[in-house]
Formats: sequence, structure tokens, C-alpha cells
Amino acid sequence: MGAQLRVYKRRIQAVTATKKITKAMEMIAASRIVKAQRRVAASMPYATELTRAVTAVATGSTTKHPLTTEIEAPTRAAVLLVTSDRGLAGGYSSNAIKAAERLRERLAGEGKEVDTYIVGRKGVAYYNFRERKVAESWTGFTDSPSYGDAKNIAAPLIEAIQTETAEGGVDELHIVFTEFVSMMTQNPVENRMLPLSLDEVADENSKKGEILPLFDFEPSAEDVLDALLPRYVESRIYNALLQAAASEHAARRRAMKSATDNAGDLIKSLSRLANAARQAEITQEISEIVGGASALADATAGSDK
Amino acid sequence: MAAELHVELVAADRNVWSGEATLVVARTTSGDIGVMPGHQPLLGVLESGPVTIRTSDGGTVVAAVHGGFISFADNKLSLLAEIAELADEIDAARAERALERAKADADAAAERRADVRLRAVAGH
Repeated sequence: MGAQLRVYKRRIQAVTATKKITKAMEMIAASRIVKAQRRVAASMPYATELTRAVTAVATGSTTKHPLTTEIEAPTRAAVLLVTSDRGLAGGYSSNAIKAAERLRERLAGEGKEVDTYIVGRKGVAYYNFRERKVAESWTGFTDSPSYGDAKNIAAPLIEAIQTETAEGGVDELHIVFTEFVSMMTQNPVENRMLPLSLDEVADENSKKGEILPLFDFEPSAEDVLDALLPRYVESRIYNALLQAAASEHAARRRAMKSATDNAGDLIKSLSRLANAARQAEITQEISEIVGGASALADATAGSDK
Repeated sequence: MAAELHVELVAADRNVWSGEATLVVARTTSGDIGVMPGHQPLLGVLESGPVTIRTSDGGTVVAAVHGGFISFADNKLSLLAEIAELADEIDAARAERALERAKADADAAAERRADVRLRAVAGH
């Protein structure tokens, strides 16, 4: 076998092995999207009921709560950025990070100091490499987040917002995550989560044409709100984590699909080249034989004369 | 058939139980409360404790609920909990072990959780 042909054969082999891996990853991601979507759907009843309850308190009482009061001139904001733990998901993490950067610039333009909280190893690595300060970070569960994870994340954030700004607390909380629109579309979005605007929540619900009755609060409207709002924030964070997980799998599936397709193309063009190399080798061999034979024939013909 | 109310028992990550019932007893921060069809709209904070649902076909469903809310309106009762388990889902032996471990570690929260689970199993 010629040297050229051998090189092509080896490359085809290597690309075939890679293709097998990317194909497997594609299929794993595809099956996980379904699971992740199911989990998003499973968390919906809780979220809807909670939203209803919050709306009920918002419309049924005039209670003020630190989580719902807007401060006149906010000076500090916290940003929670949701990225993935693992790579090989195309632009998934970097898109979310870019969205966070834009938000950060906007907040800085408004004269606010920004504290960053990060979920996912990729985001942490990005910030550490640039030696930026990260207030707190969580890793290891972006594939399939549990409600406990959301609670862990929410606790310091709620604490930060309840602390006075002068003592290191924050006035606002924004969240940046990747919204799962469909298998093909996932958008990085940024939301202001706190302070909660109860009117907004109420508006959202009243659009559905629901009129809420006057509730009896047990033990009191204030206590109910006190208990309800942190749960509401947790549930919002949980929902964001679940959507981000579904988006991550969808992004990975797409990235791995195009990697598999590219590997297929590469194998095709490499085998064309290998065929050409083999053909060239044969042609060369034949012309060598023919050349040799005719040279021999010429020599014997000469000696005959 | 007597009046019924629709019950949804939902945990943060799943729908635990839903169906028709004639009476629901739950523990709020200010004491046990029983809700029957036609109760006035109510929104309360739940304590960790067993919730008893008397279903319309005469059966009883007991669930261990760890914190959360009860809300009732339009003959629809929602029990929201971060964690909720039906009595038949609870592994009594495991809860027992958890209770002993919690007592040894003096972990009040874990002890209460295990205790609620055991009471739910016993009430079943």
C-alpha cells in the first residue's frame, strides 16, 4: 500500500471513531430533552398554583413586603447567571454569558454595582479566567436540577435582597437563563426577578379572565405573604433551572448532530481522496510495468538486429 | 351523592394526588383545619404534618406534607408543598432509621420530617 493511501485510511478510521462518539452523544441528549421537558411540565402545577396564591394575596390585601417594594434609587444589583457544567453544547453557555455581559453593561450604565452569582462550571470558568469576582457559585447539577438545588440558590439571594444595601445587600435581582422555546429554538433571556411586581403577577393572571374571590387568610395576610414570596422566588428559579437544563440538552443535541453530519461529510471526501490515491497507485504501477516491458522489448529487438 | 370538592396535592416537582373529596384536614400554623365543600375562600400556611383527605368513595388518603400552603376557592382545594409524599409511598423502616439518626445527631428539622412521615404511615 502506498504511503498516501495509508494516511487517508488512518484518517478515515479516526473520523469514524469520532462520528460514533458524537452520534451516541446526540442520541443521549435527544432522550434527555424529553425527560427534561417532562420535568418542566411536572413542575407547572406547583408554579401555577403558587402564582394563583400570590395573585390572591396581591389583589386581596395591601400588604407591603421587602421582596415587593421597589427602592427609589437602586444602587446595587445581583445577577444570577445559569450556564452548563459541561461543554460540547455549541454556543449554549457562551450565549448565556453574552446575555449576562449585556445586562451587566446596562446595569452599570444605570449606575448600579453588579454582584454576580453563577450556576454551572462553564460560567465559573469564564469568570475565573478573567479574574472577575463571583459572589457565589453552584455547580454539579445543571443536567437535572432538583428543587433542593433551587432552594440552595434562592436562600443567599433572598438574604442579600433583605439586607440593607449599605451592609452589602442588593436592591434588585436579575436572572439570566436560556429559555426553552422548542427543540430547535432556545433563547437566552434576562428577567428582573426581585423586587417582585405584584401588579405584574396579577395582570398576568387576570388576562386569563380569572376573577379571584376574597380570601380568608390563615393566620394573617402578612404571614401568608411572608411565607409565600420566598417559595415563589424558589419556584421561579427552579423553573429557570429546568428550562435551562432542557435547553442545554437541546443545544447539545444540535451541536452533536452537526458534528456527526460533518464527520460523515469528511469521511465521504476522505474516501474519495483515498480512492483517487489507490487508483493513481494502480495507474502508476501499470505504467511502470508497461514502461519496463517496452524497454525490455526495445532492448531485445535491438539485440536481434 | 354528598357535595364534593376537588383536591390537588402538588409538590414542587410533581402532582402527588388529585381527585374528589368530601373532607380535607390539614395542619396550619394556627392549628388543624378541616375543609368541607362550600368552605369560604381560604389561604393558609401549612406546618409539617400529615394531611388527611377523605375521598368521595369513602376511602382515606394520608400524605406527609412538609411545609407549604393550603388554598381553597370555588370548591377547589390546592395543597402546595415543597415535599409531599403519600402514606403508601413512605418507607416506614427507612423513616424509623432516619428518626433515630436525627435524634442521635440532634437534627431537629430531620427529626420532625421523619416523625411526620411515621405519623402519616400510622394514620393510614
